[in-house]
Amino acid sequence: MAKGVWIVAEQRYGALRKISFELASTARKLADQLGEEVGAILLGSGIEGLAGELGKYGVDKVYVADNALLEPYTTDAHAAAVARLVKENNPSILLFGASAQGKDLSARLVGKLATGMATDCVDVKVVDGKLLALRPMYAGKCYGEVLTSSFPQMASLRPNVFPAIENSKTPEIIKFDPGLDPGQLKTKVLEVQKDTAGKVDLTEANIIVSGGRGMKGPENYVLLEELADVLGATVGASRAAVDAGWRPQKDQVGQTGKIVSPNLYIACGISGAIQHLAGMGTSKYIVAINKDPDAPIFARADYGIVDDLFKVVPELTKEVKKLLA
Amino acid sequence: MNIVACVKQVPDTETLIKVKPDGSGIDETGIKWVMNPYDEFGVEEALRLKEKYGGDVTIVTLGPARALEALRTALAMGADKGIYINDPAFDVVDAFTVATALAAAIKGIPHDIIFCGQRAIDDDSGQVGAILAELLGIPQVAVVTKIDVEGKTIKAIRPIEGAQLLIETPLPCVVTAQKGLNEPRYASLPGIMKAKKKPVDVKGASGLGVSIDVKSKIARTLPPPARPPGKIICGEEPAEKARELAKLLREEAKVI
Repeated sequence: MAKGVWIVAEQRYGALRKISFELASTARKLADQLGEEVGAILLGSGIEGLAGELGKYGVDKVYVADNALLEPYTTDAHAAAVARLVKENNPSILLFGASAQGKDLSARLVGKLATGMATDCVDVKVVDGKLLALRPMYAGKCYGEVLTSSFPQMASLRPNVFPAIENSKTPEIIKFDPGLDPGQLKTKVLEVQKDTAGKVDLTEANIIVSGGRGMKGPENYVLLEELADVLGATVGASRAAVDAGWRPQKDQVGQTGKIVSPNLYIACGISGAIQHLAGMGTSKYIVAINKDPDAPIFARADYGIVDDLFKVVPELTKEVKKLLA
Repeated sequence: MNIVACVKQVPDTETLIKVKPDGSGIDETGIKWVMNPYDEFGVEEALRLKEKYGGDVTIVTLGPARALEALRTALAMGADKGIYINDPAFDVVDAFTVATALAAAIKGIPHDIIFCGQRAIDDDSGQVGAILAELLGIPQVAVVTKIDVEGKTIKAIRPIEGAQLLIETPLPCVVTAQKGLNEPRYASLPGIMKAKKKPVDVKGASGLGVSIDVKSKIARTLPPPARPPGKIICGEEPAEKARELAKLLREEAKVI
Protein backbone atom coordinates (compact mmCIF):
# COMPACT_ATOMS: atom_id res chain seq x y z
CA MET A 1 0.00 0.00 0.00
CA ALA A 2 1.17 3.48 -0.81
CA LYS A 3 2.51 5.20 2.29
CA GLY A 4 4.39 8.40 3.11
CA VAL A 5 4.20 12.05 2.17
CA TRP A 6 7.15 12.94 -0.02
CA ILE A 7 8.51 16.09 -1.51
CA VAL A 8 11.02 16.78 -4.25
CA ALA A 9 13.31 19.42 -2.77
CA GLU A 10 14.67 22.07 -5.08
CA GLN A 11 18.19 23.43 -4.93
CA ARG A 12 20.00 25.78 -7.21
CA TYR A 13 23.69 26.68 -7.25
CA GLY A 14 24.18 24.45 -4.21
CA ALA A 15 21.57 26.08 -1.96
CA LEU A 16 18.06 24.92 -1.12
CA ARG A 17 15.39 27.23 -2.45
CA LYS A 18 12.70 28.64 -0.13
CA ILE A 19 9.99 26.57 -1.82
CA SER A 20 11.72 23.43 -0.48
CA PHE A 21 11.01 24.53 3.10
CA GLU A 22 7.43 25.44 2.19
CA LEU A 23 7.04 21.93 0.73
CA ALA A 24 8.62 20.27 3.78
CA SER A 25 6.36 22.11 6.24
CA THR A 26 3.25 21.34 4.21
CA ALA A 27 4.22 17.68 3.90
CA ARG A 28 4.77 17.55 7.69
CA LYS A 29 1.23 18.79 8.28
CA LEU A 30 -0.28 16.23 5.88
CA ALA A 31 1.86 13.41 7.25
CA ASP A 32 0.80 14.18 10.83
CA GLN A 33 -2.84 13.96 9.75
CA LEU A 34 -2.18 10.60 8.12
CA GLY A 35 0.21 9.32 10.80
CA GLU A 36 2.90 8.81 8.17
CA GLU A 37 6.48 9.91 7.55
CA VAL A 38 7.83 12.79 5.48
CA GLY A 39 10.37 11.85 2.84
CA ALA A 40 12.36 14.32 0.76
CA ILE A 41 14.19 13.66 -2.49
CA LEU A 42 17.32 15.74 -2.95
CA LEU A 43 19.15 15.61 -6.28
CA GLY A 44 22.29 17.30 -7.53
CA SER A 45 26.04 17.23 -7.30
CA GLY A 46 27.93 18.12 -4.13
CA ILE A 47 24.67 18.71 -2.29
CA GLU A 48 24.71 16.03 0.42
CA GLY A 49 25.41 18.70 3.05
CA LEU A 50 21.98 20.27 2.39
CA ALA A 51 20.06 17.23 3.64
CA GLY A 52 20.17 18.26 7.31
CA GLU A 53 18.53 21.60 6.55
CA LEU A 54 15.39 19.81 5.40
CA GLY A 55 15.09 18.26 8.85
CA LYS A 56 14.66 21.74 10.29
CA TYR A 57 11.33 21.87 8.51
CA GLY A 58 10.07 18.48 9.58
CA VAL A 59 11.48 15.95 7.11
CA ASP A 60 12.05 12.46 8.57
CA LYS A 61 14.05 10.90 5.75
CA VAL A 62 16.09 12.53 3.04
CA TYR A 63 16.86 10.42 -0.03
CA VAL A 64 19.98 11.86 -1.61
CA ALA A 65 21.41 11.18 -5.04
CA ASP A 66 24.68 13.05 -5.37
CA ASN A 67 25.77 12.55 -8.95
CA ALA A 68 27.46 14.72 -11.57
CA LEU A 69 24.77 13.76 -14.11
CA LEU A 70 22.18 15.49 -11.92
CA GLU A 71 23.83 18.92 -12.18
CA PRO A 72 22.66 21.20 -13.68
CA TYR A 73 19.00 20.18 -13.67
CA THR A 74 17.73 18.44 -16.78
CA THR A 75 14.27 16.94 -17.17
CA ASP A 76 15.70 13.62 -18.39
CA ALA A 77 18.05 12.98 -15.50
CA HIS A 78 15.88 14.23 -12.66
CA ALA A 79 12.70 12.55 -13.90
CA ALA A 80 14.52 9.22 -14.29
CA ALA A 81 16.01 9.44 -10.79
CA VAL A 82 12.75 10.40 -9.09
CA ALA A 83 10.70 7.81 -10.98
CA ARG A 84 13.07 5.02 -10.00
CA LEU A 85 13.01 5.91 -6.31
CA VAL A 86 9.26 6.52 -6.18
CA LYS A 87 8.47 3.21 -7.87
CA GLU A 88 10.60 1.38 -5.29
CA ASN A 89 9.11 3.15 -2.28
CA ASN A 90 5.54 3.86 -3.29
CA PRO A 91 4.73 7.08 -1.39
CA SER A 92 1.05 8.02 -1.26
CA ILE A 93 1.58 11.76 -1.80
CA LEU A 94 4.33 13.48 -3.79
CA LEU A 95 4.67 17.27 -3.67
CA PHE A 96 6.65 19.63 -5.91
CA GLY A 97 7.15 23.37 -6.06
CA ALA A 98 5.21 25.07 -8.84
CA SER A 99 8.46 26.74 -9.88
CA ALA A 100 9.94 26.59 -13.38
CA GLN A 101 11.88 23.45 -12.47
CA GLY A 102 9.15 21.86 -10.37
CA LYS A 103 6.52 22.32 -13.07
CA ASP A 104 8.78 20.83 -15.72
CA LEU A 105 9.80 17.84 -13.62
CA SER A 106 6.39 17.06 -12.16
CA ALA A 107 4.59 17.10 -15.51
CA ARG A 108 7.11 14.64 -16.97
CA LEU A 109 6.62 12.39 -13.93
CA VAL A 110 2.85 12.36 -14.38
CA GLY A 111 3.66 10.59 -17.64
CA LYS A 112 6.35 8.32 -16.20
CA LEU A 113 4.32 7.27 -13.17
CA ALA A 114 0.97 7.25 -15.01
CA THR A 115 -0.78 9.19 -12.31
CA GLY A 116 -2.62 12.48 -11.80
CA MET A 117 -1.54 15.85 -10.51
CA ALA A 118 -3.02 19.13 -9.31
CA THR A 119 -0.80 22.00 -10.56
CA ASP A 120 -0.01 25.24 -8.73
CA CYS A 121 -2.11 24.56 -5.62
CA VAL A 122 -2.90 27.16 -2.98
CA ASP A 123 -4.20 24.69 -0.37
CA VAL A 124 -3.82 20.97 0.26
CA LYS A 125 -5.42 18.84 2.94
CA VAL A 126 -6.26 15.26 3.79
CA VAL A 127 -9.94 14.33 3.58
CA ASP A 128 -10.96 10.70 4.21
CA GLY A 129 -7.34 9.67 3.87
CA LYS A 130 -7.05 11.25 0.41
CA LEU A 131 -5.29 14.36 -0.80
CA LEU A 132 -7.71 17.17 -1.61
CA ALA A 133 -5.94 19.94 -3.51
CA LEU A 134 -7.33 23.41 -4.13
CA ARG A 135 -6.05 25.21 -7.20
CA PRO A 136 -6.92 28.36 -9.11
CA MET A 137 -8.10 27.80 -12.69
CA TYR A 138 -8.67 30.34 -15.45
CA ALA A 139 -5.82 32.22 -13.71
CA GLY A 140 -7.89 32.51 -10.54
CA LYS A 141 -11.27 33.37 -12.02
CA CYS A 142 -12.46 30.16 -10.35
CA TYR A 143 -11.01 27.37 -8.22
CA GLY A 144 -11.10 23.60 -8.49
CA GLU A 145 -10.86 20.94 -5.80
CA VAL A 146 -8.85 18.09 -7.25
CA LEU A 147 -8.90 14.44 -6.18
CA THR A 148 -6.47 11.91 -7.60
CA SER A 149 -7.38 8.23 -7.63
CA SER A 150 -3.96 6.85 -8.60
CA PHE A 151 -0.68 6.82 -6.68
CA PRO A 152 1.30 8.78 -5.91
CA GLN A 153 -1.23 11.59 -5.59
CA MET A 154 0.79 14.45 -6.97
CA ALA A 155 0.49 18.19 -6.45
CA SER A 156 2.68 21.19 -7.11
CA LEU A 157 2.43 24.07 -4.64
CA ARG A 158 2.45 27.74 -5.57
CA PRO A 159 5.55 29.48 -4.14
CA ASN A 160 5.01 32.06 -1.37
CA VAL A 161 1.59 30.70 -0.34
CA PHE A 162 2.42 27.92 2.15
CA PRO A 163 4.26 28.86 5.36
CA ALA A 164 7.69 27.40 6.12
CA ILE A 165 7.49 26.31 9.75
CA GLU A 166 10.56 25.23 11.71
CA ASN A 167 10.27 21.82 13.31
CA SER A 168 13.67 20.59 14.34
CA LYS A 169 14.32 17.02 13.40
CA THR A 170 17.51 15.23 12.60
CA PRO A 171 16.58 13.45 9.42
CA GLU A 172 17.80 10.03 8.47
CA ILE A 173 19.89 10.39 5.33
CA ILE A 174 19.59 7.63 2.74
CA LYS A 175 21.84 7.72 -0.29
CA PHE A 176 20.46 6.17 -3.43
CA ASP A 177 21.74 5.34 -6.87
CA PRO A 178 19.76 7.33 -9.45
CA GLY A 179 20.50 4.56 -11.98
CA LEU A 180 21.34 6.97 -14.78
CA ASP A 181 22.66 5.86 -18.13
CA PRO A 182 24.46 8.81 -19.78
CA GLY A 183 23.35 7.48 -23.18
CA GLN A 184 19.72 7.99 -22.20
CA LEU A 185 20.16 11.63 -21.29
CA LYS A 186 19.29 13.65 -24.36
CA THR A 187 18.93 17.26 -23.21
CA LYS A 188 21.93 19.42 -22.33
CA VAL A 189 22.08 22.81 -20.68
CA LEU A 190 24.63 24.65 -22.80
CA GLU A 191 24.50 27.95 -20.99
CA VAL A 192 22.94 29.61 -17.94
CA GLN A 193 22.58 33.32 -18.39
CA LYS A 194 21.72 34.98 -15.08
CA ASP A 195 19.65 38.16 -15.12
CA THR A 196 22.03 40.96 -14.39
CA ALA A 197 19.55 43.03 -12.37
CA GLY A 198 19.77 40.46 -9.58
CA LYS A 199 16.13 41.07 -8.66
CA VAL A 200 13.92 38.38 -7.21
CA ASP A 201 11.65 36.88 -9.87
CA LEU A 202 8.04 38.11 -9.84
CA THR A 203 6.74 34.65 -8.96
CA GLU A 204 8.85 34.61 -5.80
CA ALA A 205 8.76 38.29 -4.82
CA ASN A 206 7.39 39.40 -1.45
CA ILE A 207 6.50 42.81 -2.79
CA ILE A 208 5.67 43.80 -6.38
CA VAL A 209 5.32 47.35 -7.70
CA SER A 210 3.53 47.12 -11.02
CA GLY A 211 2.74 49.68 -13.68
CA GLY A 212 0.23 49.79 -16.52
CA ARG A 213 -0.92 52.02 -19.31
CA GLY A 214 -1.21 54.91 -16.85
CA MET A 215 2.61 55.05 -16.71
CA LYS A 216 2.38 56.77 -20.12
CA GLY A 217 5.77 55.57 -21.34
CA PRO A 218 8.81 53.42 -20.55
CA GLU A 219 10.81 56.38 -19.21
CA ASN A 220 8.43 56.78 -16.27
CA TYR A 221 9.06 53.33 -14.82
CA VAL A 222 12.02 54.83 -13.03
CA LEU A 223 9.45 56.09 -10.49
CA LEU A 224 8.39 52.52 -9.81
CA GLU A 225 11.96 51.32 -9.70
CA GLU A 226 12.78 53.91 -7.05
CA LEU A 227 9.84 52.79 -4.93
CA ALA A 228 10.77 49.14 -5.52
CA ASP A 229 14.33 49.83 -4.40
CA VAL A 230 13.28 51.19 -1.02
CA LEU A 231 10.79 48.34 -0.53
CA GLY A 232 13.08 45.57 -1.77
CA ALA A 233 10.40 44.88 -4.37
CA THR A 234 10.36 43.60 -7.95
CA VAL A 235 8.81 45.70 -10.72
CA GLY A 236 6.00 44.16 -12.77
CA ALA A 237 3.84 45.37 -15.64
CA SER A 238 0.41 44.92 -17.15
CA ARG A 239 -0.12 43.35 -20.57
CA ALA A 240 -0.82 46.81 -22.02
CA ALA A 241 2.62 48.02 -20.92
CA VAL A 242 4.37 44.92 -22.26
CA ASP A 243 2.49 44.94 -25.55
CA ALA A 244 3.42 48.61 -25.97
CA GLY A 245 7.06 47.54 -25.67
CA TRP A 246 7.63 49.56 -22.49
CA ARG A 247 8.66 46.57 -20.39
CA PRO A 248 10.12 43.13 -21.20
CA GLN A 249 7.90 40.10 -21.54
CA LYS A 250 9.23 38.51 -18.35
CA ASP A 251 7.72 41.39 -16.32
CA GLN A 252 4.12 40.73 -17.40
CA VAL A 253 1.63 39.87 -14.69
CA GLY A 254 -1.69 38.35 -15.75
CA GLN A 255 -3.42 35.44 -17.39
CA THR A 256 -0.95 35.36 -20.29
CA GLY A 257 1.99 36.38 -18.15
CA LYS A 258 3.12 35.46 -14.67
CA ILE A 259 0.69 34.46 -11.99
CA VAL A 260 1.95 36.01 -8.77
CA SER A 261 1.18 35.84 -5.09
CA PRO A 262 3.21 38.44 -3.18
CA ASN A 263 2.48 39.78 0.30
CA LEU A 264 2.00 43.20 -1.20
CA TYR A 265 1.06 44.17 -4.76
CA ILE A 266 1.10 47.87 -5.60
CA ALA A 267 -0.72 48.55 -8.89
CA CYS A 268 0.11 51.94 -10.38
CA GLY A 269 -1.85 53.20 -13.36
CA ILE A 270 -3.38 49.75 -13.89
CA SER A 271 -7.09 49.80 -14.61
CA GLY A 272 -7.58 46.15 -13.66
CA ALA A 273 -8.57 44.24 -16.79
CA ILE A 274 -9.98 40.81 -15.92
CA GLN A 275 -6.93 39.06 -17.27
CA HIS A 276 -4.66 41.18 -15.05
CA LEU A 277 -6.77 40.72 -11.91
CA ALA A 278 -6.64 37.01 -12.57
CA GLY A 279 -2.85 37.02 -12.42
CA MET A 280 -2.46 38.79 -9.07
CA GLY A 281 -5.74 38.11 -7.26
CA THR A 282 -4.15 35.84 -4.63
CA SER A 283 -1.80 38.61 -3.42
CA LYS A 284 -2.19 39.08 0.34
CA TYR A 285 -2.53 42.88 0.16
CA ILE A 286 -3.36 44.89 -2.94
CA VAL A 287 -2.81 48.63 -3.28
CA ALA A 288 -4.22 50.58 -6.24
CA ILE A 289 -3.06 54.03 -7.26
CA ASN A 290 -5.08 55.35 -10.18
CA LYS A 291 -6.69 58.66 -11.03
CA ASP A 292 -9.83 57.01 -12.41
CA PRO A 293 -12.14 56.32 -9.43
CA ASP A 294 -14.13 53.83 -11.54
CA ALA A 295 -11.13 51.63 -12.41
CA PRO A 296 -12.04 47.98 -11.66
CA ILE A 297 -8.76 47.55 -9.75
CA PHE A 298 -10.29 49.45 -6.81
CA ALA A 299 -12.86 46.68 -6.31
CA ARG A 300 -9.99 44.29 -5.53
CA ALA A 301 -7.74 46.67 -3.63
CA ASP A 302 -7.29 46.64 0.15
CA TYR A 303 -6.05 50.22 -0.03
CA GLY A 304 -6.80 52.64 -2.83
CA ILE A 305 -5.60 56.12 -3.67
CA VAL A 306 -7.57 57.99 -6.31
CA ASP A 307 -5.03 60.50 -7.55
CA ASP A 308 -2.27 61.15 -10.04
CA LEU A 309 0.33 58.41 -9.67
CA PHE A 310 3.06 60.78 -10.86
CA LYS A 311 2.48 62.81 -7.70
CA VAL A 312 1.65 59.96 -5.30
CA VAL A 313 4.42 57.48 -6.10
CA PRO A 314 7.40 59.80 -5.44
CA GLU A 315 5.77 60.85 -2.15
CA LEU A 316 5.19 57.23 -1.23
CA THR A 317 8.84 56.47 -1.91
CA LYS A 318 9.84 59.31 0.44
CA GLU A 319 7.45 58.17 3.16
CA VAL A 320 8.54 54.54 2.99
CA LYS A 321 12.18 55.61 3.10
CA LYS A 322 11.45 57.59 6.28
CA LEU A 323 9.57 54.70 7.90
CA LEU A 324 12.25 52.17 7.10
CA ALA A 325 15.15 54.46 8.02
CA MET B 1 10.45 18.72 -41.78
CA ASN B 2 7.35 17.16 -40.28
CA ILE B 3 5.88 19.50 -37.74
CA VAL B 4 2.93 18.95 -35.43
CA ALA B 5 1.19 21.64 -33.37
CA CYS B 6 -1.36 20.75 -30.71
CA VAL B 7 -4.10 23.29 -30.06
CA LYS B 8 -6.90 23.64 -27.54
CA GLN B 9 -9.92 25.87 -27.65
CA VAL B 10 -10.37 28.00 -24.50
CA PRO B 11 -12.45 30.97 -23.31
CA ASP B 12 -11.01 34.34 -24.36
CA THR B 13 -8.95 36.08 -21.62
CA GLU B 14 -11.58 38.80 -21.23
CA THR B 15 -14.22 36.22 -20.29
CA LEU B 16 -15.81 36.45 -16.86
CA ILE B 17 -16.01 32.89 -15.57
CA LYS B 18 -19.25 31.89 -13.86
CA VAL B 19 -19.35 28.73 -11.77
CA LYS B 20 -22.44 26.53 -12.00
CA PRO B 21 -24.45 26.67 -8.75
CA ASP B 22 -23.92 22.95 -8.13
CA GLY B 23 -20.13 23.31 -8.48
CA SER B 24 -20.01 20.80 -11.33
CA GLY B 25 -18.05 23.14 -13.62
CA ILE B 26 -18.33 26.48 -15.33
CA ASP B 27 -21.33 27.95 -17.07
CA GLU B 28 -20.39 28.08 -20.76
CA THR B 29 -23.24 30.39 -21.79
CA GLY B 30 -22.07 33.41 -23.75
CA ILE B 31 -18.37 32.47 -23.70
CA LYS B 32 -16.28 33.62 -26.64
CA TRP B 33 -14.01 30.71 -27.57
CA VAL B 34 -10.55 31.20 -29.02
CA MET B 35 -7.42 29.19 -29.70
CA ASN B 36 -5.32 29.03 -26.52
CA PRO B 37 -2.88 31.97 -26.90
CA TYR B 38 0.15 29.83 -26.01
CA ASP B 39 -0.87 27.25 -28.66
CA GLU B 40 -1.02 30.08 -31.17
CA PHE B 41 2.68 30.76 -30.58
CA GLY B 42 3.30 27.06 -31.28
CA VAL B 43 1.31 27.14 -34.53
CA GLU B 44 3.14 30.28 -35.66
CA GLU B 45 6.55 28.75 -34.93
CA ALA B 46 5.53 25.58 -36.80
CA LEU B 47 4.60 27.68 -39.84
CA ARG B 48 7.88 29.61 -39.70
CA LEU B 49 9.90 26.39 -39.54
CA LYS B 50 7.97 25.06 -42.52
CA GLU B 51 8.65 28.26 -44.46
CA LYS B 52 12.34 27.96 -43.70
CA TYR B 53 12.92 24.21 -44.04
CA GLY B 54 9.94 22.92 -46.04
CA GLY B 55 7.75 20.00 -44.99
CA ASP B 56 4.28 20.15 -43.58
CA VAL B 57 2.38 21.19 -40.51
CA THR B 58 -0.30 19.00 -38.93
CA ILE B 59 -2.62 20.45 -36.29
CA VAL B 60 -4.01 18.13 -33.63
CA THR B 61 -6.89 19.13 -31.40
CA LEU B 62 -9.10 17.35 -28.90
CA GLY B 63 -12.44 18.70 -27.85
CA PRO B 64 -16.19 18.95 -28.35
CA ALA B 65 -17.89 20.09 -31.58
CA ARG B 66 -16.97 23.77 -31.06
CA ALA B 67 -13.22 22.92 -30.85
CA LEU B 68 -13.10 22.25 -34.59
CA GLU B 69 -13.15 26.02 -35.01
CA ALA B 70 -9.74 26.36 -33.30
CA LEU B 71 -8.35 23.71 -35.65
CA ARG B 72 -9.78 25.55 -38.67
CA THR B 73 -8.19 28.78 -37.44
CA ALA B 74 -4.78 27.09 -37.39
CA LEU B 75 -5.39 25.73 -40.91
CA ALA B 76 -6.39 29.22 -42.02
CA MET B 77 -3.11 30.56 -40.62
CA GLY B 78 -1.39 28.17 -43.04
CA ALA B 79 -1.16 24.68 -41.55
CA ASP B 80 -1.65 21.83 -44.03
CA LYS B 81 -3.92 19.31 -42.36
CA GLY B 82 -5.66 18.42 -39.15
CA ILE B 83 -6.43 15.60 -36.79
CA TYR B 84 -9.59 16.23 -34.81
CA ILE B 85 -10.06 14.01 -31.80
CA ASN B 86 -13.73 14.18 -30.99
CA ASP B 87 -15.50 11.69 -28.77
CA PRO B 88 -17.93 12.25 -25.87
CA ALA B 89 -15.70 9.80 -23.97
CA PHE B 90 -13.18 12.66 -23.69
CA ASP B 91 -15.66 15.19 -22.30
CA VAL B 92 -14.41 14.95 -18.72
CA VAL B 93 -10.81 13.88 -18.70
CA ASP B 94 -7.47 14.84 -17.17
CA ALA B 95 -4.08 15.80 -18.59
CA PHE B 96 -2.90 12.18 -18.65
CA THR B 97 -5.84 11.02 -20.78
CA VAL B 98 -5.60 13.97 -23.16
CA ALA B 99 -1.88 13.34 -23.63
CA THR B 100 -2.57 9.62 -24.17
CA ALA B 101 -5.02 10.45 -26.97
CA LEU B 102 -2.67 13.00 -28.55
CA ALA B 103 0.22 10.52 -28.38
CA ALA B 104 -1.87 7.84 -30.07
CA ALA B 105 -2.76 10.24 -32.89
CA ILE B 106 0.78 11.57 -33.34
CA LYS B 107 2.44 8.12 -33.21
CA GLY B 108 0.78 7.33 -36.51
CA ILE B 109 2.26 10.29 -38.39
CA PRO B 110 5.86 11.41 -39.00
CA HIS B 111 6.95 14.02 -36.44
CA ASP B 112 10.27 15.82 -36.11
CA ILE B 113 9.07 18.49 -33.77
CA ILE B 114 5.83 18.85 -31.81
CA PHE B 115 4.62 22.18 -30.45
CA CYS B 116 2.22 22.64 -27.54
CA GLY B 117 1.36 25.77 -25.59
CA GLN B 118 3.24 25.93 -22.29
CA ARG B 119 -0.18 25.81 -20.60
CA ALA B 120 -3.80 26.26 -21.57
CA ILE B 121 -5.33 29.36 -20.02
CA ASP B 122 -8.47 27.49 -18.97
CA ASP B 123 -7.34 24.76 -16.57
CA ASP B 124 -3.79 26.19 -16.29
CA SER B 125 -2.45 22.68 -15.82
CA GLY B 126 0.65 22.89 -17.99
CA GLN B 127 1.10 19.11 -18.05
CA VAL B 128 0.06 17.84 -21.48
CA GLY B 129 3.26 18.69 -23.41
CA ALA B 130 5.51 16.88 -20.96
CA ILE B 131 3.27 13.82 -20.64
CA LEU B 132 3.00 13.64 -24.43
CA ALA B 133 6.80 13.71 -24.73
CA GLU B 134 7.11 10.95 -22.14
CA LEU B 135 4.50 8.76 -23.86
CA LEU B 136 6.28 9.22 -27.20
CA GLY B 137 9.64 8.54 -25.53
CA ILE B 138 11.17 11.81 -26.73
CA PRO B 139 12.68 14.81 -24.90
CA GLN B 140 10.87 18.03 -24.07
CA VAL B 141 11.94 21.63 -23.75
CA ALA B 142 9.27 23.53 -21.88
CA VAL B 143 8.33 27.21 -21.76
CA VAL B 144 10.47 28.29 -24.69
CA THR B 145 10.94 31.83 -26.05
CA LYS B 146 13.32 31.06 -28.94
CA ILE B 147 14.35 28.03 -30.96
CA ASP B 148 16.95 27.42 -33.62
CA VAL B 149 17.05 24.21 -35.60
CA GLU B 150 20.57 22.98 -36.36
CA GLY B 151 20.42 19.80 -38.42
CA LYS B 152 18.98 17.08 -36.22
CA THR B 153 19.06 19.09 -33.00
CA ILE B 154 17.47 22.25 -31.67
CA LYS B 155 18.77 24.93 -29.38
CA ALA B 156 16.11 26.60 -27.28
CA ILE B 157 15.96 29.47 -24.81
CA ARG B 158 14.02 28.67 -21.67
CA PRO B 159 13.52 31.46 -19.10
CA ILE B 160 13.44 30.38 -15.45
CA GLU B 161 13.36 32.46 -12.25
CA GLY B 162 16.20 34.97 -12.54
CA ALA B 163 17.97 33.32 -15.50
CA GLN B 164 17.69 32.08 -19.05
CA LEU B 165 18.81 28.60 -20.04
CA LEU B 166 20.12 27.63 -23.45
CA ILE B 167 19.11 24.01 -23.93
CA GLU B 168 20.10 21.62 -26.69
CA THR B 169 18.14 18.52 -27.53
CA PRO B 170 17.97 16.11 -30.46
CA LEU B 171 14.90 15.79 -32.69
CA PRO B 172 12.25 14.53 -32.46
CA CYS B 173 11.17 16.49 -29.40
CA VAL B 174 8.29 18.39 -27.84
CA VAL B 175 8.62 22.15 -27.44
CA THR B 176 6.12 24.08 -25.31
CA ALA B 177 5.67 27.69 -26.38
CA GLN B 178 5.85 30.75 -24.16
CA LYS B 179 4.83 34.30 -25.01
CA GLY B 180 7.78 36.04 -26.66
CA LEU B 181 8.52 33.14 -29.03
CA ASN B 182 6.99 35.06 -31.95
CA GLU B 183 4.13 37.29 -32.99
CA PRO B 184 1.41 35.03 -34.44
CA ARG B 185 0.00 36.00 -37.82
CA TYR B 186 -3.68 36.56 -38.46
CA ALA B 187 -5.51 34.24 -40.79
CA SER B 188 -6.02 35.96 -44.16
CA LEU B 189 -9.31 35.81 -46.00
CA PRO B 190 -7.89 33.54 -48.75
CA GLY B 191 -6.38 31.47 -45.91
CA ILE B 192 -9.80 31.08 -44.34
CA MET B 193 -11.28 30.03 -47.71
CA LYS B 194 -8.50 27.50 -48.32
CA ALA B 195 -8.79 26.10 -44.79
CA LYS B 196 -12.29 24.85 -45.56
CA LYS B 197 -10.86 22.44 -48.13
CA LYS B 198 -7.88 21.20 -46.11
CA PRO B 199 -8.10 17.58 -44.95
CA VAL B 200 -9.18 16.90 -41.37
CA ASP B 201 -9.01 13.38 -40.04
CA VAL B 202 -11.63 12.77 -37.33
CA LYS B 203 -10.74 10.22 -34.66
CA GLY B 204 -12.57 8.72 -31.71
CA ALA B 205 -11.24 6.92 -28.65
CA SER B 206 -11.65 3.47 -30.17
CA GLY B 207 -10.13 4.54 -33.49
CA LEU B 208 -7.06 5.66 -31.58
CA GLY B 209 -7.04 2.53 -29.44
CA VAL B 210 -7.20 4.62 -26.28
CA SER B 211 -9.03 3.49 -23.18
CA ILE B 212 -10.21 6.19 -20.80
CA ASP B 213 -8.44 5.98 -17.47
CA VAL B 214 -8.89 9.27 -15.62
CA LYS B 215 -6.39 9.71 -12.77
CA SER B 216 -7.40 13.15 -11.46
CA LYS B 217 -10.78 14.80 -11.42
CA ILE B 218 -12.14 18.14 -10.34
CA ALA B 219 -14.47 17.16 -7.52
CA ARG B 220 -15.89 20.66 -7.19
CA THR B 221 -15.53 24.01 -8.96
CA LEU B 222 -15.76 27.08 -6.74
CA PRO B 223 -15.88 30.83 -7.25
CA PRO B 224 -12.76 32.63 -5.98
CA PRO B 225 -12.82 33.53 -2.28
CA ALA B 226 -14.36 36.96 -1.72
CA ARG B 227 -11.98 39.74 -0.70
CA PRO B 228 -13.09 42.02 2.13
CA PRO B 229 -13.98 45.52 0.89
CA GLY B 230 -10.98 47.85 0.74
CA LYS B 231 -10.32 51.33 2.01
CA ILE B 232 -10.05 54.42 -0.18
CA ILE B 233 -7.51 56.72 1.40
CA CYS B 234 -8.74 60.30 1.58
CA GLY B 235 -6.73 63.44 1.95
CA GLU B 236 -6.13 66.88 0.49
CA GLU B 237 -2.76 66.38 -1.11
CA PRO B 238 -1.01 63.45 -2.77
CA ALA B 239 1.68 63.69 -0.08
CA GLU B 240 -0.88 63.30 2.69
CA LYS B 241 -2.42 60.26 1.03
CA ALA B 242 1.00 58.71 0.48
CA ARG B 243 1.89 59.24 4.14
CA GLU B 244 -1.35 57.59 5.27
CA LEU B 245 -0.81 54.65 2.90
CA ALA B 246 2.74 54.08 4.12
CA LYS B 247 1.47 54.13 7.70
CA LEU B 248 -1.33 51.62 6.98
CA LEU B 249 1.05 49.28 5.17
CA ARG B 250 3.43 49.44 8.09
CA GLU B 251 1.05 49.37 11.05
CA GLU B 252 -2.18 47.73 9.87
CA ALA B 253 -1.15 45.35 7.10
CA LYS B 254 2.38 44.90 8.49
CA VAL B 255 3.77 44.15 5.04
CA ILE B 256 6.59 46.72 4.98
